[in-house]
Amino acid sequence: MWADALLLQLGYNATLVTLGAALLGMAAGVAGTFLFLRKRALVSDAISHATLPGVGLAFVVMVALGGDGRALPGLLLGAALSAALGLLCVQWLTARTRLGEDAAIGAVLSVFFGLGVVILTVIQTMNTGRQAGLEGFLLGSTAGMLRGDAILLAASAALVLALVVLLRRPLTLAAFDPGYAQATGWSLARVDLAMMGVVLVVTVVGLKVVGLILIVALLIVPAVTARFWTERADRVVWIAGAVGGVSGYVGAALSAVAPALPTGPIIVLVGFGLFLASLLFSPGRGVLASVLMHRRYQRRVHMRQGLLALAQGQPIFEALTRRLLHRAGLILPDGVATAEGQAAAAKALLDETRWSIVRRDQSFAVAASRYDGLTPIEDVLTQDQLRAVDARIDAPQVVA
Amino acid sequence: MTLALVQDDAKLTEAARMASPLAVRGLTVSYGQTPAIFSVDVTVRAGAMTAIVGPNGAGKSTLLKAALGVITPLAGTVAMLGQPLDRMRDRIAYVPQRASVDWDFPTRVIDVVLMGMYRQLGLLGRVRATHRAQAMACLDRVGMTDFATRQIGQLSGGQQQRVFLARALAQEADLYVLDEPFAGVDAATEKAIIAVLKSLRDAGRTVVAVHHDLATVPDYFDDVVLLNTQVVAAGPVAHVFTEDNLQATYGGRLTTARADPESVAG
Amino acid sequence: MMGAEFVALSLPPILIGICVAVACALPGNFLLLRRQALIGDAISHVVLPGIVVAFLVTGAVATGPMLIGAAGAAIAAVVVIDVIRRLGRIESGAAMGVVFTAMFAAGVLLLERSDTSNVHLDVEHALFGNLESLIWLDATGWASLLDPAALAGLPVELPRMALALLVVALFLFVFWRPLAMSTFDEGFARGMGLRTGPLGLALVVVSAIAAVAAFDAVGSIIVIAMFICPAAAARMMTNRLGRQVAWSAGFAALSAIVGYVLAGYGPLWVGASASVSAAGMIATVSGLILALAAIAGPHRKAVQ
Repeated sequence: MWADALLLQLGYNATLVTLGAALLGMAAGVAGTFLFLRKRALVSDAISHATLPGVGLAFVVMVALGGDGRALPGLLLGAALSAALGLLCVQWLTARTRLGEDAAIGAVLSVFFGLGVVILTVIQTMNTGRQAGLEGFLLGSTAGMLRGDAILLAASAALVLALVVLLRRPLTLAAFDPGYAQATGWSLARVDLAMMGVVLVVTVVGLKVVGLILIVALLIVPAVTARFWTERADRVVWIAGAVGGVSGYVGAALSAVAPALPTGPIIVLVGFGLFLASLLFSPGRGVLASVLMHRRYQRRVHMRQGLLALAQGQPIFEALTRRLLHRAGLILPDGVATAEGQAAAAKALLDETRWSIVRRDQSFAVAASRYDGLTPIEDVLTQDQLRAVDARIDAPQVVA
Repeated sequence: MTLALVQDDAKLTEAARMASPLAVRGLTVSYGQTPAIFSVDVTVRAGAMTAIVGPNGAGKSTLLKAALGVITPLAGTVAMLGQPLDRMRDRIAYVPQRASVDWDFPTRVIDVVLMGMYRQLGLLGRVRATHRAQAMACLDRVGMTDFATRQIGQLSGGQQQRVFLARALAQEADLYVLDEPFAGVDAATEKAIIAVLKSLRDAGRTVVAVHHDLATVPDYFDDVVLLNTQVVAAGPVAHVFTEDNLQATYGGRLTTARADPESVAG
Repeated sequence: MMGAEFVALSLPPILIGICVAVACALPGNFLLLRRQALIGDAISHVVLPGIVVAFLVTGAVATGPMLIGAAGAAIAAVVVIDVIRRLGRIESGAAMGVVFTAMFAAGVLLLERSDTSNVHLDVEHALFGNLESLIWLDATGWASLLDPAALAGLPVELPRMALALLVVALFLFVFWRPLAMSTFDEGFARGMGLRTGPLGLALVVVSAIAAVAAFDAVGSIIVIAMFICPAAAARMMTNRLGRQVAWSAGFAALSAIVGYVLAGYGPLWVGASASVSAAGMIATVSGLILALAAIAGPHRKAVQ
């Protein structure tokens, strides 16, 4: 059954929805990256929560006009309008009051959502409201979707992706180098507006698939995941798109097998799984790599400082330093250096002395910039340079 | 003369360390994989004013923060009069960089100064008239009594710095540690601050400050620590503050450091 | 509306609403000033998985385990957010977004997959709460307030929420100075030997206690709104911390009262029969108060 779902063997509608979710995931991943790089990731949370009153009001209006309140295009239009209003409120509060963007986001998302809930309870009292099914917008539900809605979803997801690809140049520029973007004639405010527009469209299209509470994850998780794999900005965009696409595809397919479960959480958890793997195991920034690197580094620092103290006949105060030196066979338990320890200490001291000469001399400026307290100087200077430095060790220096 | 630089500190006896209000040994701090300061040994002389001087990114603020336990070092020990720092907190006053503070915080000048009496007041101790009078006296020493009920964010940079100094005075400490006290302040404030610091020194207290302006080091300070990731030289200004040592500390940036308008301002 | 019916049907929910609103608004002040307003958002989301896990472990809806579960989830979330922020060098907003959405999603799936049909636990309840249902059947009039037998029949949410409010208020009262110092100037506070890390975590835990106690009664929306809106509005009324906290408590209580009355009686005034969501209306009212403060509050703008 699961294999069938992943291979798109569950019928026309489910296939459309799954492909649509994959396209949406890609678009969200790419669009979210720009948002993330502009350090405004959670603005999307305000936008998505602000869709709820719009969805509710659209339903009321469509019923009042004698139509079917559940018509998806109408609901999505209402969602877009109120989301835009929510975004304006965030901008206004941030620009015109002393509140930070975080407070503005939190206020807008909770108040709009509260208003939306009020409107939903109004709808429940209407004759046509009982089977409105608007709860599907909270957590996403793609099971049993109408064919027309499935086509609308897949088509608009494809359009959003096209839009993001079309706008990628100015968005990339504004995200990575706002100063340069302005210098080359892009209005930053306009690019930001375009970015927010794209995010808004992604949010609205994603409402039915992921739901308004969790759509923010589809925007943020891929970008954050991608950040763990590369230091190159342009690659973040493409990796995020891929992560988003995989999350959407696998999540929607799994959800087709388990129609009782809401789609949104499944998609989000698939994306989070990818994120978690990256957080733990990515080679550069992953938890595992970082912990190992930090411990190795701390040990090198302690060893080095211990050896320098030995060489200068100073006592070693820190227990960790003593333990490391002892384990390496460089000192005896009472703190006295072994023969090996004396040799290593002398070498460390020589290295440090050479470094101090290099760091004092302008002509070694490039080499001196590589000083980190640990790199042996032999790695930085040529044999000839070393001899030149050594010649100065015994020469008199003017110190104090 | 061989290895004179590295061994400077070895000459200090353990006794000098025990008497020092701030003795730092082997202090290493790193953000990521490059050290901000590496294996720094500093023994501050009691009752003196010590400047910590060095180029941008030399680790001056990092040294102070790590010495006071504001950030956690990778390695090293810190002692005050031979005791671990945590037992001596009452006797240390710290003035952080102005930029590190939330100036939009809803609080008045007098309340900021009262923060300096936290150790005295404790969690729930009532602020009495004597405490207020003491806080006002501290404000008076920096010439800020007129501003006692202003919101802290409404002051100029120099005024904010004076309030910070008043807060430190309220701590009635033995050791005053200041991170760039003259950064972004007007000339009058700089004069007022240095006068207060000198009066503290004359009363037997110890002052340590990160300082940017090379030109005023000899005027303001007794001792100097030249820092560039490691200690390049440390000791009385007359002995240590030499062209040669400065060249070694700043490298090619020395001329730039001198031309820095901020340095000339004092 | 001031008779027996009011005491039985409206008084308990209003009192519970006030307790919830104030209990969240108080720590909300410090979250706001620490630029951690969205921690309230994150906490209210991760309360759900905490409660569900506690329910799955104990098999019952019991306050103690649920509190522990929710507080544990809040701490876990804050720690993971911090790890992601530091290791990935990722801004805290994004780190938060990743963590709380994933935990909320996990909570929803756990809830949907486990058999909770016989207990009061479902997603919509978690989001909206049901303040209106917390009625006092034993009350026959104002005199019931003095009748021990009738008082014993008060909805359990009321004493529970009052206790949560007490805990929150006590925490802020005792740790007022360290909280203010570490929020204003963390470096100075650490230089004084204050452990700012554990203190910040304690603030989060206390916020989580308020959130989880409130969550059961009113759902997570009103919790987020109360963490942020009253404190944000109060910040624009004064430049002194003590007064700001007092304003925020007043705004919170006002939102609860006005919101509940509008939700319960408002529709009747316009001729409709049923009432609307009280939690939603309370959040809406708090938003209106914030809007008014943002338009006309005496200290709405920063100095520079």
